[in-house]
Amino acid sequence: MNDYNFAYLDEQTKRMIRRAILKALAVPGYQVPFASREMPMPYGWGTGGVQVSAACLVPEDRLKVIDQGADDTTNAVSIRRFFERTAGVATTGRTRDATLIQTRHRIPEEPLTRDQILVYQVPIPEPLRFLEPRETETRKMHSLEEYGLVHVKLYEDIARHGQIATSYAYPVKVEGRYVMDPSPIPKFDNPKLESAAVQLFGAGREQRIYALPPHCKVVSLDFEDHPFEASKADHACDLCGSATSYLDEVIVDDAGGRMFVCSDTDYCETRRDAGHLGRLSASGPVTTGQEDAA
Amino acid sequence: MTPLLQVKGLTKRYGARIGCQDVSFDLYPGEVMGIVGESGSGKSTLLNCLAGHLEADAGAVVFDTRADGPRDVRAMSEPERRMLARTDWAFVHQNPRDGLRMGVSAGGNVGERLMAVGARHYGNIRGQALDWLDRVEIAGDRIDDRPTAFSGGMQQRLQIARNLVTGPRLVFMDEPTGGLDVSVQARLLDLLRGLVREMGLSAVIVTHDLAVVRLLAHRLMVMKSGHVVEAGLTDQVLDDPQHGYTQLLVSSVLQA
Repeated sequence: MNDYNFAYLDEQTKRMIRRAILKALAVPGYQVPFASREMPMPYGWGTGGVQVSAACLVPEDRLKVIDQGADDTTNAVSIRRFFERTAGVATTGRTRDATLIQTRHRIPEEPLTRDQILVYQVPIPEPLRFLEPRETETRKMHSLEEYGLVHVKLYEDIARHGQIATSYAYPVKVEGRYVMDPSPIPKFDNPKLESAAVQLFGAGREQRIYALPPHCKVVSLDFEDHPFEASKADHACDLCGSATSYLDEVIVDDAGGRMFVCSDTDYCETRRDAGHLGRLSASGPVTTGQEDAA
Repeated sequence: MTPLLQVKGLTKRYGARIGCQDVSFDLYPGEVMGIVGESGSGKSTLLNCLAGHLEADAGAVVFDTRADGPRDVRAMSEPERRMLARTDWAFVHQNPRDGLRMGVSAGGNVGERLMAVGARHYGNIRGQALDWLDRVEIAGDRIDDRPTAFSGGMQQRLQIARNLVTGPRLVFMDEPTGGLDVSVQARLLDLLRGLVREMGLSAVIVTHDLAVVRLLAHRLMVMKSGHVVEAGLTDQVLDDPQHGYTQLLVSSVLQA
């Protein structure tokens, strides 16, 4: 603990990041540039999120780290250990116990409260990047509110696939002004962006921070005749039976066997502890190859 | 009648060199103005200054806007100018690759300007795209193909459809038939002439092809070394050239 400053970053850096965060909260959806530091992990592993978390952490915090909904995968474990070592804060897997949650690719199923901060790891903060490669041009488009191009992308989806096929990093418009990339969360999570918690987005390599203050208006872009739909796999969780949570599909053998489980592991465990059962929960190890596809 | 576009003393310099100097003309609604001259005579520079792609050094470009009447485009704010550029104006590039999004389907290319001005109904956007593809003689079943799969002539027609879909009043064209073979050129010119007449468009066409201006343009300006050396009605200038350079230009055309 004494080998590092509290939460790894030096105080000047945290001050700089906090300024960027305050500005981002004042202009919801606007990407604020900040002087991203080298972190002891590769780009793409959450360097932006870690810096934002480090700038927000206080010793009393209880930290939860999510990677694709799970608490026990590599990215989540390594970042949780990083802050256990450098900040000495308590950690938890339970969504409702956490005061600060750093996440990658998911928003917890359980609604967040006003006492919580949700920090997203963002690979590419610019929602227009794959449509317009020039940074000078995308900045101009943001400042002049020229967002027709986002709809060209959605048009192409419908023309090619018959529906809006963008299923993650689905573009949203914040408070009727800025178009924002909500990081690669599934579009199922988009309605949860209107939340009571403070939501902060950090992109380390791209050196951008943006934010959603509590209860900020977030609209997923769509067409009048092809409205936005928060889609998920049409199944119930095989372990806890939940029909409303976002599901991961898991291949369980080489004969076409598969199961659907909640992507949010904490949500699933909480439900199982409360006695909810799924299709495969009592039968022990999964062996069947004869699933009815429906 | 108020001119749609009044250009007064437009000048653009590249350092000590002249791009175009002291160009003035009026363009009335429904009129097509041709600008001819050899390469390097400043015709593209002039067109880009008019369309706002280049910053002119002096002069005024006054456009008769729908809302506020005649206004100097150079004094407008950038959002206003960009709004004008995607509603009342259109720009057809010589190379369709500069004017099209090559990674986006033909329908998306035509629909982009509609979506940029706020269309949010997929069915209507697609309907208008189909209508416009039909008008420029592209088969409706090519609507989901990318422009990379189109021939040069089709790409150019697609670019024209994409530009005219919002019903602009003024079209800038930079050598619209350059790089096309003669039979394709003839069809494109025929198409352009029909569209201009049908929609009552005004246009400024830059070209070095005298046949193009004879077919399309009502009036003609001849440029040399950045200056306008002769201007007048198209047939008058072409059939009775006064300036030495114009005489040279007209006599250089091979009679097939």
